[in-house]
Amino acid sequence: MSRLVVASIGPASSVQDGGRHGAQRYGLTVSGAMDRLSLAAANTLVGNDQLAAAVEIGPFGATFTAKDGAVRVAIAGAPRNADVAGKPVAMETSVTLKDGETLTLGFARGGAFTYLAIEGGIKGELVFGSLAVNARAGLGSPYPRPLQAGDEFTVDAASGASELRIELPKPVASPIRVVLGPQDDEFDDANKALFLNSEWKISATSDRMGYRLEGPAIKHLHGHNIVSDGTVIGSIQVPGDGSPIALMMDRGTTGGYPKIATVITADIGRLAQTSVGTAFRFREVTMAEAQDEARKFARLIKDLPDRMRASDTIELNIEALSDANVAGHAVSAMDAGTWQVTAEP
Amino acid sequence: MAATLPPPRLLPSGDSAVTVEFSRTIDDAANERVLALDKALAASPIDGITETVPTYRSLLVHYDPGKIGFDALGEKILPIATRPLPPAAKARRWRIPVAYGGEHGIDLEDVAKALNTTPDDIIARHTGGDYRVAMIGFTPGWSYLSGLDKSLHMSRRQSPRLFTPAGTISIGGIQAGIQCLAAPSGWHLLGRTPVRTYQLHRNPTFLTEPGDRVTFFAIDPKTFDELDRAAEAGEIVAEQVVS
Repeated sequence: MSRLVVASIGPASSVQDGGRHGAQRYGLTVSGAMDRLSLAAANTLVGNDQLAAAVEIGPFGATFTAKDGAVRVAIAGAPRNADVAGKPVAMETSVTLKDGETLTLGFARGGAFTYLAIEGGIKGELVFGSLAVNARAGLGSPYPRPLQAGDEFTVDAASGASELRIELPKPVASPIRVVLGPQDDEFDDANKALFLNSEWKISATSDRMGYRLEGPAIKHLHGHNIVSDGTVIGSIQVPGDGSPIALMMDRGTTGGYPKIATVITADIGRLAQTSVGTAFRFREVTMAEAQDEARKFARLIKDLPDRMRASDTIELNIEALSDANVAGHAVSAMDAGTWQVTAEP
Repeated sequence: MAATLPPPRLLPSGDSAVTVEFSRTIDDAANERVLALDKALAASPIDGITETVPTYRSLLVHYDPGKIGFDALGEKILPIATRPLPPAAKARRWRIPVAYGGEHGIDLEDVAKALNTTPDDIIARHTGGDYRVAMIGFTPGWSYLSGLDKSLHMSRRQSPRLFTPAGTISIGGIQAGIQCLAAPSGWHLLGRTPVRTYQLHRNPTFLTEPGDRVTFFAIDPKTFDELDRAAEAGEIVAEQVVS
């Protein structure tokens, strides 16, 4: 066995996987990776189950050191500078850390979350089939909380397999697609149009529970109290102040604010990776289109192995990466302590 | 053939869930239909449904759109949801101990003042209620109860508290609650129970189920401490009444 030591890490970083399913009826939320495609890509590169647990790294930098042997890892998700012993590592590639070597990851350049998958997976105690951290409920393994410097994982010794890369579809800046409902009838046409036609920004007071949206105030037809009912990942609630909140992986399973629309499954990861302060729009799609996209998205993940190539065939252009927008404001406050609008009931 | 019940509304909750809504308000008859549909779907599963979440007035049905589409699922759910309700099964009943007032229930005095009565009277009205677990949500084990005495209906606090302790027994609007974990809340805190409605390494992990009946009884702070230690060690300190 080798060890992978977290030498340094920023806030909003935790072990996440495909989530904890089956107990939402008891108020236990799903949790899991904010960007499922990137989680799957990282895991695929090191031969793990696609939705196995990996380290979800928030917008700040992080360093990981191999101890007691070599460790093979892969990174995918929000782009950042990465190197091992001064040698650059591209996103969506695997890399083997020799005993004592350190993987250094910089700030996220746009987006927020990068996934570090470890060959052989993360070892821990499953609760409802998942290692995902749900800090509020004290769940997650091996650490039931965000990661801290000094934490470490006991991991398989590196297999020595040759390194791989995955080419993901080019990121697009198109609108985040939604299906209206379940409570769109709590809003008049003018306010629905205001929601769909306005420019939005993710507020700095956002976290894994929800992304608060800055833009025009959306008015309700009959006030903002409805009888609490079930929520899903991607539910867009409109509380009393009219600022919508997109519920994310650590959401409350029920909520008492009208939900004007729901982000489609295929676009949740794109929303999760939208930096604080970046302007974006929503676009309404039909249920048929949303479900078609959900099926395509599932197929994209399933077929990730077909997109793998040997990694020595690319040249990393660090210069170009450095020209990308600097992470500063992407980073603001993905901090669990800031989220104060979800007081329920 | 018995007459069918009026159909619920099928509200899209994104591409992978549908809200089967029986009512817009809190209503025991609607909640019974929610729980009956939940039970029926558990007894004869529809391929593609992954998880269901009963609430006061609707059943949220999560499903895999790779297995079944919105329209096809709706066509399967509707006939089940409009079936006449089976005779009510016997509900489990829990007696939940509560230490009222003082540090355990910091809003008891204020609630009494607001309702022009005494703390003891509030306790009598709260323990006099016959409640039903309408749903469990928000955080693990938080049991939302219907059946709160009308004289205790009062609006939520102007500004929610960011922290309320584990085991909080509270009221908000026309609802009553048993809260398991520390959480933010805008409700009025009457007391605390040592009962854990959710405890990870205990069998069962979750104590209450939607449809269970609940009554409360008062305990003193010393008893609270004793029961709290027993509960921490994994004992179920709620009394289950066999009816």
